[in-house]
Amino acid sequence: MEIYKKITALEYPLDVNIILRKKKSIKKYLLLQDNLIEKNIVILGGSTTSEVKNILELFLLNNGIKANFYESEYNKFYEDALFGNDILDKFNPDIFYIHTSNQNIIKYPGYKESESEISTLLSNEMQRYKSIWSSLSKFDCAIIQNNFDYTLDRSLGNLDSSDIHGKTYFINQLNSEFAKSSREIKNLYINDINYLSSYLGLKDWFDKSLWYQAKYALSLSAIPELAFSISKIINSIFGKAKKCLVLDLDNTCWGGVIGDDGLGGIHIGTETAVSETFTSFQKYAKELKQRGVTLAACSKNNFKNAKEGFEHPESILKFDDFTSFKANWNPKHQNIIEIAKEINIGIDSLIFIDDNPVERDIVFSQIPSVAVPNVGADVIHFIEHIDRNGYFEPISLLADDINRNQFYEDNKKRAVEQSTFKSYDEFLVSLDMTADIKSFSSIYLDRITQLTNKTNQFNLTTKRYTAGEIGNIANSDDYIKIYGKLTDKYGDNGLIAITIGRVKEKQCHIDLWIMSCRVLKRDMEFAMLDELVRQCKEKGVSEIVGYYFKSAKNSMVLDLYEKFGFELTDTSSEDTVWKLGILNYKNKNKFIGVSNDQRRSI
Amino acid sequence: MTREEVFNGVQDIFRDIFDEDNLIINNTTSSDEIEDWDSLNHINLVSAIEKEFKIKFAFGELVTMKDVGTMIDIILIKTND
Repeated sequence: MEIYKKITALEYPLDVNIILRKKKSIKKYLLLQDNLIEKNIVILGGSTTSEVKNILELFLLNNGIKANFYESEYNKFYEDALFGNDILDKFNPDIFYIHTSNQNIIKYPGYKESESEISTLLSNEMQRYKSIWSSLSKFDCAIIQNNFDYTLDRSLGNLDSSDIHGKTYFINQLNSEFAKSSREIKNLYINDINYLSSYLGLKDWFDKSLWYQAKYALSLSAIPELAFSISKIINSIFGKAKKCLVLDLDNTCWGGVIGDDGLGGIHIGTETAVSETFTSFQKYAKELKQRGVTLAACSKNNFKNAKEGFEHPESILKFDDFTSFKANWNPKHQNIIEIAKEINIGIDSLIFIDDNPVERDIVFSQIPSVAVPNVGADVIHFIEHIDRNGYFEPISLLADDINRNQFYEDNKKRAVEQSTFKSYDEFLVSLDMTADIKSFSSIYLDRITQLTNKTNQFNLTTKRYTAGEIGNIANSDDYIKIYGKLTDKYGDNGLIAITIGRVKEKQCHIDLWIMSCRVLKRDMEFAMLDELVRQCKEKGVSEIVGYYFKSAKNSMVLDLYEKFGFELTDTSSEDTVWKLGILNYKNKNKFIGVSNDQRRSI
Repeated sequence: MTREEVFNGVQDIFRDIFDEDNLIINNTTSSDEIEDWDSLNHINLVSAIEKEFKIKFAFGELVTMKDVGTMIDIILIKTND
């Protein structure tokens, strides 16, 4: 079979006409992919949703998600959410998407109404949505909620946005309340159609004729943009956001060729229009870095020259901002593979920006799983390709994300140390490692959910959990659920390991065993096993059953249970089942000082 | 534009929207004969025709386009205006 390629019509800039016309054949093509993950998505509509569903399906497939949909009857979003129905109750949803818009606002302020009457209107409107969200909370899954677009007509003209009787003013108030709710309610994510409609232009966003004919609350040509936006949130929820931005240097990070033009000759800074375009691109990359995206450089250059470029006094990015820096004459796809290895992330977590179409082609053709947007030759357009494609769309700003780059930098120091020790054991001892290995507690549930959804390599079963499921497991006595946090003399690695075991009779079945690759080869997995066994004994378990389900990315842990001393009991194609009797188990961890629930309670 | 050119363009659109590469339509083809031709797909057809022929249908015209023949009549009038 020919190598599967992503559909470029579904990436920025979207080819809306192709998407709308060819959606059925695009869908057939996308269904040919291997390794699709299935998700159940409920669309609760305040207007017609048929095309929204059809097109959203394509965007999700393009990112490896095969969605089963439940669509509410026309404008039955409120009834379905509050009162449910048999089909919905059995549907087992992973995601709710609530497709509402300004057409669903029940009552705008009248011109004679007082401030307090208007605030009552506002709270009545909010109450409808709050009751929807609270009613859906029983499903324990993510809720994606549109905020409100502006109305095309404003009978108050410019005053509409500043007078308390204006529709625009009212919508702004509602949007601000929605934002507040999304900060307070776990799992509630806002799909910002207020931004999207202004990005596209309100006059192209809403089509009156289509509203009267078919009750679509947005134009057909806006539907792919809407679906794209929803798909970015869903990608991020399921841990499919990218992690690393790989940048070319000459004519990407600065104007000109450092090797030819020298430090004084490159364009960066605020002196000229051209310099400013490169500076604003660097600023954007720096913003991404500050919120946890990892930066890497990949340039055909002499290393010394390339490094010198970032010593320019006007350069926003500094050499130290790059976690991996490849400046040599090797083919770029080889360097990119090296970068992924060095940072220890999957190759599909990278995106590559280069002004040179030949380099883009080589990387794209050699490693199709790297995202290589067709950015053109002009830096002025680079930001929009990164931004509009939502590669790095976050669903929240977790402290761990913001600190992630620090972990990688600490890792570099560890690597340097490692080379100066006689043995690896000696190196491990020198790290002064201590770990907290404890049962799930509420402050860590967000991080635990996030890690379960984005860990691909050190993941024995690749089972994904919603926040609700993790919450239930945390509260259930039928599970042994432990997390691990590792600290060493270079710093805190954060929460990096999770094991979930389901206790049934005298056996403990390991549903999930994951670890972040940033702590590979530190013996953390042995410390986790020790604690698992200890808790198993407390629960009267005599045997642990481990499962390895092969995925495209987890060959790293193919033999983990073997290393642990488990016995292979069953094989089905490439999946394996392992057992370990624990009556005579001896602790395996030698290098990490562990504090667990037991020691805390004593 | 000739009637034949318009006809071929419309046939291509039908093939895309209903995802049948070999679909053959004629002047009397109507929603009775194509199972998926419901009111929502009617909107999709009309919108694709508007884009393809760079025309805009008036609100009242949409309901009158019951079969392929009348569709083509209206497109011809609009493109040759």
